[in-house]
Amino acid sequence: MGKVIVMTSGKGGVGKTTSSAAFAAGLAMKGQRTVVIDFDVGLRNLDLIMGCERRVVFDFINVINGDARLSQALIKDKRIENLSVLPTSQTRDKDALTRDGVEKVLDELRDQFDYIVCDSPAGIERGALMALYFADEAVIVTNPEVSSVRDSDRILGVLGSRSRRAEQGLEPVKEHLLLTRYDPSRVEKGEMLKLEDVLEILAIPLLGIIPESETVLKASNLGMPVILDPTSKAGQAYTDVVGRYLGETIEHRFMQPERRGLFQRLLWRTA
Amino acid sequence: MSFFSLFRSRAKPSATEAKERLQILLAHERSDLAKPDYLPRLHKELLQVIAKYVEIEEDKIIVDFETQGSVSTLEVNIELPSRAGARPPLLQAAAT
Repeated sequence: MGKVIVMTSGKGGVGKTTSSAAFAAGLAMKGQRTVVIDFDVGLRNLDLIMGCERRVVFDFINVINGDARLSQALIKDKRIENLSVLPTSQTRDKDALTRDGVEKVLDELRDQFDYIVCDSPAGIERGALMALYFADEAVIVTNPEVSSVRDSDRILGVLGSRSRRAEQGLEPVKEHLLLTRYDPSRVEKGEMLKLEDVLEILAIPLLGIIPESETVLKASNLGMPVILDPTSKAGQAYTDVVGRYLGETIEHRFMQPERRGLFQRLLWRTA
Repeated sequence: MSFFSLFRSRAKPSATEAKERLQILLAHERSDLAKPDYLPRLHKELLQVIAKYVEIEEDKIIVDFETQGSVSTLEVNIELPSRAGARPPLLQAAAT
């Protein structure tokens, strides 16, 4: 039986889709059968980040409505074995995502995959609630910034009260913190909330820290999950995250500012 | 004092300020969010019933919910309007 993991945050623009793509790709690279689903009905973007936008024929809503079979809508990644993408629809009909429909599709996916990664839309409206309702685990994507931390706290409350596990009194959804866009040099200057502060406030276990990195934008330009770029610090951090998630012991990195040597600093100035 | 010294003279780093503001805010929000969402409806219906018998203003009825340990308290406070010279009667009910 596959496990359902939701990537959620409340706030938009913190890196849910980037993280969903990287995390799902990383799991598949470790040999886990993985599917990543876009829950952002009307604002489809995961396909673009995964680089499969021109291969979308049928989508999640088509499957829910019975217009297509699941196998017709699933897009197999060309770079990574074991990885599939289920794109969402561009429809403006927000009611297209029904609870029964989502449940049916997820049940079918649980039989075929080890991990089902749900890329949640921002907000706490229908799409976001649907994405987290059936979750077994949740990755809370948070930036070290006041509005993001507040919204993460809010979404933790929603997970604890409005998920299926909460409603049915089952074991609660397992929560993980993923701190993204972390800039250790600004933390050192006292300009950015530090990891310890965010952990103290949200009080959930840390899955990983993704450093602020220019390579994230470059990867999205190319439609490539950033984890596929081995030179990228963010990519390396996601690789650590996946390993840690699967039970490996990996120390947290990228928490200290990079120290440049004199020569590097001179080059940096002139560059 | 120049414009820039306004920022420089601030002893506390902005990240510390951020943490303190969040801690205060979230303490409030968490207790608010723990309250059942039927409170506004209960408030409205109570108001409708009482308004049948006495003239009352909306803000004279306070419905609150609190949880301490394993006990939850629903507190309803109704303040009736005072007649000239008379002391305002105060109705109070609490259920656990």
